Amino acid sequence: MSHHIVETRHLKHIYPDGTIALKDVSFRIEHGESVGIIGANGAGKSTLLLHLNGYLTATSGEIIIGDDPLTKQNLAVIRRTVGMVFQDPDDQLFMPTVFDDVAFGPINLGLSRAEIETRVSEALSRVEAGALRDKPPYHLSCGEKKRVAIATVLSMLPEILVLDEPTNGLDPYARRLLIALLKGFHHTRIVTSHDLDMIFELCERTIVLHEGEVMADGPTLEIFRDNALLDTCRLEKPLAMQGCPVCSPEHRPLPKKPPLVEPHSRKPHQHNH
Amino acid sequence: MHMADALVSPAVGAAFWAASAGIIAHSSARLRKQLDDRKVPLMGVLGAFVFAAQMINFSIPATGSSGHLGGGLLLAILLGPSAAFLTIASILMVQALFFADGGLLALGCNIFNLGVFPAFIAHPFIYSKLIGREPSQSRMVFAAIIAAVVALQCGSLGVVLQTFVSGVSSLPFDTFVLLMQPIHLAIGVIEGVVTALIVSFVYRARPEVLHSVIKEKPVGELPVRSLLTAFLISAALIGGLFSWLASEQPDGLEWSIARITGSENLPQPGLKAHEALNAVQEKMAFLPDYTLPEGAGLDKNQRLGKTLSGIVGGALTLVICTLIGIVLRRRRQG
Amino acid sequence: MLAIDGSFLDFKQLDLLALRQTAVHRLDPRAKVLTTLCFIVCVVSFDKYQISALLPFLIYPVTLIAVGDLPPGYILRKMLFVLPFALLVGLFNPIFDRQVILQIGPLDIWGGWVSCLSILLRAILTASAAIILVAITGFPAICEALEKLKMPQAFAVQLLFLYRYIFVLTDEGVRTARARQLRTFGRRGLDLRHFSSLVGHLLLRTWERAERIHMAMLARGFSGEVHSTHKQSHFGKPELIFTVCWVALFILLRLYNAPQLLGSLFTGSMQ
Repeated sequence: MSHHIVETRHLKHIYPDGTIALKDVSFRIEHGESVGIIGANGAGKSTLLLHLNGYLTATSGEIIIGDDPLTKQNLAVIRRTVGMVFQDPDDQLFMPTVFDDVAFGPINLGLSRAEIETRVSEALSRVEAGALRDKPPYHLSCGEKKRVAIATVLSMLPEILVLDEPTNGLDPYARRLLIALLKGFHHTRIVTSHDLDMIFELCERTIVLHEGEVMADGPTLEIFRDNALLDTCRLEKPLAMQGCPVCSPEHRPLPKKPPLVEPHSRKPHQHNH
Repeated sequence: MHMADALVSPAVGAAFWAASAGIIAHSSARLRKQLDDRKVPLMGVLGAFVFAAQMINFSIPATGSSGHLGGGLLLAILLGPSAAFLTIASILMVQALFFADGGLLALGCNIFNLGVFPAFIAHPFIYSKLIGREPSQSRMVFAAIIAAVVALQCGSLGVVLQTFVSGVSSLPFDTFVLLMQPIHLAIGVIEGVVTALIVSFVYRARPEVLHSVIKEKPVGELPVRSLLTAFLISAALIGGLFSWLASEQPDGLEWSIARITGSENLPQPGLKAHEALNAVQEKMAFLPDYTLPEGAGLDKNQRLGKTLSGIVGGALTLVICTLIGIVLRRRRQG
Repeated sequence: MLAIDGSFLDFKQLDLLALRQTAVHRLDPRAKVLTTLCFIVCVVSFDKYQISALLPFLIYPVTLIAVGDLPPGYILRKMLFVLPFALLVGLFNPIFDRQVILQIGPLDIWGGWVSCLSILLRAILTASAAIILVAITGFPAICEALEKLKMPQAFAVQLLFLYRYIFVLTDEGVRTARARQLRTFGRRGLDLRHFSSLVGHLLLRTWERAERIHMAMLARGFSGEVHSTHKQSHFGKPELIFTVCWVALFILLRLYNAPQLLGSLFTGSMQ
């Protein structure tokens, strides 16, 4: 795979119970880009991510990773190329020690003992978690778990990194560390988050999802300047772009009609292997 | 209720360890053949769930006492026989190690009592057969109660038999049975009700959780049956052998007991035969006879002397052990 | 509800103890598992009336607590927690076994009391052995040792997964139970309907978690088999010395009633 492009063409996904999670999603991400995917709960972000490594099968439409469309046959290759970091690190750290978790991927790739050792050491040092090597995951702090979760994916040497809500639940210091870490990566990065300030710092391009469709796709700064768009999509400007609340308390946008029921956030449980 | 190391003999412990280990191996092999890789994380996490759920108490209606979930039947319903058995075994092992619940030698007995009956008998042959395809809530409760009661009755009977054959407790068989079985009948009913309530809750929320298991074939297959049969036959043979030896050849009996339990207290051979003989007779005769007291063959003074040395020596031993502990600790800290 | 908090914390404490780095901690887990098993078998192989011969076996837990730098009070507390069932059954012995087998002065001691005390001793010895084994070895190491001793790999994987998620699940359980407790205003215990609802929710969340873990496993190339990274543990000379010495001692203590011999030296009444 030469260019490590991530492309979706008219991606549609309907869940077994009839929920239309994705109506028509098309975009193209080039190698090395850092893209944020934002939207309200239930907009389809998580569903979209799960398509990127073949966990979900599209109802219609296509996904192309690198040069080839995603099919059942090349799933294993796709999963090595696309490294996915999930929201809850406890779901990703399921082995007895950090070493075992980070080695899980390389072992499944069939690498030799020496190679596994190298991969693990490098991945751990990349996320500055070398000291945590022999620790069991339940002895780690939230921030440490997040970093190790990233390491578990890095050890497979992916070209594309997909992260689902990476700063969720982190204290300010750990959050800072993580953002700095992510900034230093040269992989193609696709990040979903409600942390709009992180998106603002990290991603030069942003895709806005709303009710299963792409509402906007462009430079991050432009997106965050479009007040009408943000309002429609239940978003707002990152705090860094809003006025200082002490110096110039201005009117903060409130929802026009606060809905009684939030859009249903669907937990996916259909999958293919 | 768990079987404890303090009440088990090496023979019983070893026998049931052999049986349980065999069934673990068999279940592991079966699981492999099923090729359902979703079970790997599911078994682990559901095991942890049962662990956590056991720590939450509920109050039993009309009694005012509290109880907790056992979980064996629930696991069988959610996972199918082989996976459930392994999960139950793993929970019991963690309990034995971390909470000394049961014991390491008696673990084989516990895995057998609490794993085999819910996973391989109660669920496939009772619960599944009774609920049919699309069960109503009351049907579920009914099926679960019967299944749980059967599983627990068998399990507690197992404990009684294992304790009795081990011979460490002096509880006569009939008394023990009369104590254990009714209690476990009540526990079984509660367990059935609670299990059914949880299952129906899950069924209403996410029916596919249960449907994924109904497809699995019940374990009526040869290997497990033959294992159990072999075990029962050998137990009967050993029992028969013992009673024959006991009635005809005391010395031969002492030799066999010594071989099996490893109790070769050489200094007092005559005494040993007496005691061993009576111990076995008590077991086999199923009567609350009592063993001849230790030292019955000796005269009163000798007995007293022996007792005194035992007490003095015992006290000294305790002192020595404590001193050793303190010294070693000082050396570590120093 | 406090019970769940208590036992959960206890669990973590034992796990932490296993991370210490004393000489016994560093031994290969196989040596410790085998020695402990031998210990238990020897202890339970005594006849029901044996008391004095059991006492020297205390040297094993005592030594390990000292050398392993374990808190004795903690071990004692955990043991006391477990004695109930064995003791419960043991207390029936004096009821059914009233043959006098000892006479100390004017006191007639029934066989039942002797065997009851014996049961108590056995319980103390075997329970302490199990807890100490975990405290000086750690659960994952024990699983590894068992795997090397031919336990099926599927079962080892299950044990490790279970262990890994016990902390997560009990945490969730504690939070759910506590949240509910804050809304009951003092009434003890849940009724069955509320219990099944609470536990039912926990079960569903657990099921979903299992799906997510499965996703994560697939994302890292899982295809049905969890390959273990066999640590370079080595059964060498220290392990051999440890095992052989202790096992020899156990067998010796099993064959010869040391306190009896010691005592008779003092009281001068040899058989």
